[in-house]
Amino acid sequence: MKQTKTMELMVGMLIAAGIAALFVLAMKVSNLGTFSAANSYTLTARFENIGGLKVRSPVTAGGVLVGRVSSIDYDNKRYEAVVAIGMDKAYDRFPDDTVASIYTAGLLGEQYIALDPGGSEEFLTDGSVIEFTAPALVLEKLIGKFLLNSAEKGSGP
Amino acid sequence: MALSRSITLRRIIRKTCWMLELIRGLGRSGFGFFETLGRFNLFLLKILVGIPAVLVRPRLLIAQLFSVGVLSLPIIVVSGVFVGMVLALQGYNTLVDFGAEESLGVVVALSIVRELGPVVTGLLFAGRAGSALTAEIGLMKATEQLAGMEMMAVDPIHRVIAPRFLAGFISMPLLAAMFSAVGIYGGYFVGVGLLGVDEGAYWSQMQSKVDLYNDVFNGVIKSVVFGFVATWIAVFEGYDTVPTSEGVGRSTTRSVVYAAFAVLGLDFVLTALMFGD
Repeated sequence: MKQTKTMELMVGMLIAAGIAALFVLAMKVSNLGTFSAANSYTLTARFENIGGLKVRSPVTAGGVLVGRVSSIDYDNKRYEAVVAIGMDKAYDRFPDDTVASIYTAGLLGEQYIALDPGGSEEFLTDGSVIEFTAPALVLEKLIGKFLLNSAEKGSGP
Repeated sequence: MALSRSITLRRIIRKTCWMLELIRGLGRSGFGFFETLGRFNLFLLKILVGIPAVLVRPRLLIAQLFSVGVLSLPIIVVSGVFVGMVLALQGYNTLVDFGAEESLGVVVALSIVRELGPVVTGLLFAGRAGSALTAEIGLMKATEQLAGMEMMAVDPIHRVIAPRFLAGFISMPLLAAMFSAVGIYGGYFVGVGLLGVDEGAYWSQMQSKVDLYNDVFNGVIKSVVFGFVATWIAVFEGYDTVPTSEGVGRSTTRSVVYAAFAVLGLDFVLTALMFGD
């Protein structure tokens, strides 16, 4: 009798573990999962173009990870992308003239936000908006510009 | 003159006899094949009819879930970890040349969730649980336990086969899901822990590229199909065995070989159906 009880327990655990694994696949691996930003404060930045930036993309200052993108929205009135950043509480002394730019890690790598601190005495706090931003560079635009330039040069005397 | 002619005639007859024998053999094995195929499918019908009888006695099912599912768990989990770790290592070495090592999470997750999880679990399941099922049922037949049950008016299909079939059918998707989850954490351990890929990039790229329906759900469908087929083959080979010790050995081998073929062949078909467009 005792053996059947352990057996039942083990089978129950198997099924629970299987369902938990399915749950992990659904929540953590696929696009259903959400990211809870504990122990952080939120900044907002507006970009003309965010390129391939995604929720949970890294936010760095001087190459060090200081936060992550927590949500991305589009402002229908100002035609700008609104990016909310969950910043680590440990790094709460960014001046309010900090510049946020979107860069690409490597040629095909992920895009991230780099913060360049300014010289102001005022600090960004929870809910502040980063005023100075630089949009992502879109490769096609760059190539288009380059081609246009070389064509103009070629048609000259 | 007449002598030499009769010799040539005899030679021709001998030759044609040999050919006739070949053709007869071909016909026999062909009929045998179709007979077996027919028995195989009728057997499934009998099992499906027997399944309601199992649901009345859940204890039988639980005992089988234990031996088919729980006892397969160690090999599935260990293999999952190592498959994930190897994928991360291989993927990293290739991706780093393009500066795209941030995509490691996508590579690991998609290959495991879509392909390796269901297929490798199916193969391991056929080897670990399928062979045990065939040997157990085959030995029951060889020692005339199944015939004994029939004498006592107990249907061996209700009592022996259907619980085992149902247990395999239920545990295989669960095992495959565990394999996939554990494999992705194995890849995480190597990629983020040892090779230094950014943790957020690993998960965020994965989450942005892996679709719940297209990838995770289709992988689960694959594992359900593989579990169904592998268990079906295993219980059939056991039930259909030649009741000698040699016959049981052969059936066990056949069970694993056929199940592996079925898993790999069906994987191609299912992949073409799901991701073909």
